[in-house]
Amino acid sequence: MMNWIWAGLIGVSFVCAICTGRMPELSQAVLDGAENAVTLVISTLGMMCVWTGLMKIAEEGGLTAFLARLLSPLLRRLFPDYAQDSPAARAICMNLTANFLGLGNAATPLGLAAMREMQNARPDRLSTTANNSMAMFVVLNTASIQLIPTFMGTLRAQYGSAAPFDILPAVWLASVGSLVVGIVFAKLLQGRKHKREGKV
Amino acid sequence: MNLHTFSAYVVPVAIVFLLGFGILRRVPVFDTFLAGAREGISSSVSILPSLVGLILAVTMLNASGALDLLTSFLSPVTKALGFPAEVVPLSLLRPISGSGSTAMLTQVFGEYGPDSFIGRVASVIMGSTETTFYAIAVYFGSVGIKKTRHTVPAALAADMTGYILSVCSVRLFFPGG
Repeated sequence: MMNWIWAGLIGVSFVCAICTGRMPELSQAVLDGAENAVTLVISTLGMMCVWTGLMKIAEEGGLTAFLARLLSPLLRRLFPDYAQDSPAARAICMNLTANFLGLGNAATPLGLAAMREMQNARPDRLSTTANNSMAMFVVLNTASIQLIPTFMGTLRAQYGSAAPFDILPAVWLASVGSLVVGIVFAKLLQGRKHKREGKV
Repeated sequence: MNLHTFSAYVVPVAIVFLLGFGILRRVPVFDTFLAGAREGISSSVSILPSLVGLILAVTMLNASGALDLLTSFLSPVTKALGFPAEVVPLSLLRPISGSGSTAMLTQVFGEYGPDSFIGRVASVIMGSTETTFYAIAVYFGSVGIKKTRHTVPAALAADMTGYILSVCSVRLFFPGG
């Protein structure tokens, strides 16, 4: 899909530049775009190091595991198919907590582990249809629940924001709202046809 | 406490909290910080190729006048909905590509500034939503699930809510503009 989108963006730009007579600007944009990407990565590199370094401390100190324990009673309601200390429930919990802390590097492997555990816990391990828990889990992962969106804050600072993190309360409000809607829709749309596959 | 002061506290408080937590848990904080920072370098550098490709495409789109055309074409519709047309391209790319939406975000920041109404709405969209289709593809793909049932509609409902709430919450927290 990205192949088409990328080619499409550039194709549209080319055609549009012919029509508007902006070919010199388009030509300059190629140079600027390539340079801007490198400038952006280099100028944000320091802050990204600071965050990943600090988050490593949180991880090593067991903050993820600690928060995951706090979260687990809540998650039991969203994932009734798994006992609280089953491998699937643990992986789900750890993944969501890692997302909450913004540990992108750690969250994805934990999420893949959670999917694997959920698939293994099914009566039919080769099923190619998602069950309710998997759908709920992926919906939770597609809604951002990051406490401090560090990369966005760094970008805002880079572009001269007077107070890069002043939008945090607005981000939290929008995040919680979309998360709640995601959960409600997942529950409503799962229907009665696909019953629970039995407790593990 | 106003939002300006709050913003100034976020980073120092996070640093002090995490350091304090690490020391309490007897983590060798500096060594661990170094190990984490090293990972940060490699993950930052590893996104460079896709950022070059997509910032290039978005800069070209902007320079060709296509973004302006799209924005002015959409504005009557989005204005009626109270949604700024300038963030529509960002909202369209957001569910598909992380680097693509980052590229759009930098374009919005460069054009309107991060502290403008449009810049803030773009920031909140970026902070409160995820690359939905990418996550769906990676997670279901990893265990061979082909029928995702209600996942896509539920995830898109959440995204739409995020976009609408982004505008509402920026208006709520920044009533002056």
